[in-house]
Amino acid sequence: METFLFLLFGLAAAGGAVMVVLNQDVVRMAFWLIVSLASTACLFFLLGADFVGAVQLLIYVGGTVVLLIFGVMLTSSGPYLRIKSSPGEVLQAVVVGGLFLGMLVLTVMQVDWDRHESRLQAEYGGGPANDVGYNQQGEGSTVRNIGAALLGARFDADPQHPDRVKPGYLLPFEIISMHLLVVLIGAAYIARAKRKRPDSQSSSS
Amino acid sequence: MESIGLTGYLGVGAVLFVCGVICMATKRNGIGVLMGVELVLNGANVNFVAFSKFGTLGLDGQIASLFVIVLAAAEAAVALAIALNFYNNHLSIDVDRGTELKG
Repeated sequence: METFLFLLFGLAAAGGAVMVVLNQDVVRMAFWLIVSLASTACLFFLLGADFVGAVQLLIYVGGTVVLLIFGVMLTSSGPYLRIKSSPGEVLQAVVVGGLFLGMLVLTVMQVDWDRHESRLQAEYGGGPANDVGYNQQGEGSTVRNIGAALLGARFDADPQHPDRVKPGYLLPFEIISMHLLVVLIGAAYIARAKRKRPDSQSSSS
Repeated sequence: MESIGLTGYLGVGAVLFVCGVICMATKRNGIGVLMGVELVLNGANVNFVAFSKFGTLGLDGQIASLFVIVLAAAEAAVALAIALNFYNNHLSIDVDRGTELKG
């Protein structure tokens, strides 16, 4: 069952990404981007990361793609809706991308992940996936642990080494909140309405 | 459940990443370039969460992917503001027309 779900959502995510590349119409690209991102959220649910999957659905599919669609609506006037790339560029990009994908897949296939993980476990103790209370099959309730970790406390300590406290994420949380504030102000400043079109220089600005 | 493992998820992440890179390189529409960036960040997120499940990364991988999602939203907001400004100045969203800074 899990294999079937992985094949379904993995193929949907990869196929959506390929269709984003192949389509030239921006609105259809946005639609296939929604398909790809939602399938990725389902992959996150399949991996037991329920909070990350929910955030992916809320922020990416609900926020970022809607923002992109607003951008399409505000910038696509008549003849500029479709902008074709030349076929030579597309062929070049497909060749380079295929080589890049082959390199990545070969690298992933050649690394012996099981031996690597057993070496890591021998060095650092049992993996968090084996801990009681973390991410067990069928449990997947990571919201409490993530919320505590963002405020600087960790409840998902290693049971074999209870003295080894993992660091929390209070400082990155503060930094990213300041970053979001700066982005909000900066985006409002950059996108403020100023009429400086070249055909309306003589009119009052 | 043992049949998929880490390799399948890393393969999906690699496909998403490469599609995003091709999308960034070939699209002449500015919004299309933004969609390519979103795909690249999404591929990185798949890798983070897969290592959080199958590796010894634990909850740290999920928190890193949360930060990546938030930064991607911020980046999309600023880039969209820049794209709107570009459209106001050039009356087009074609990124090949932005040649004022070309030496």
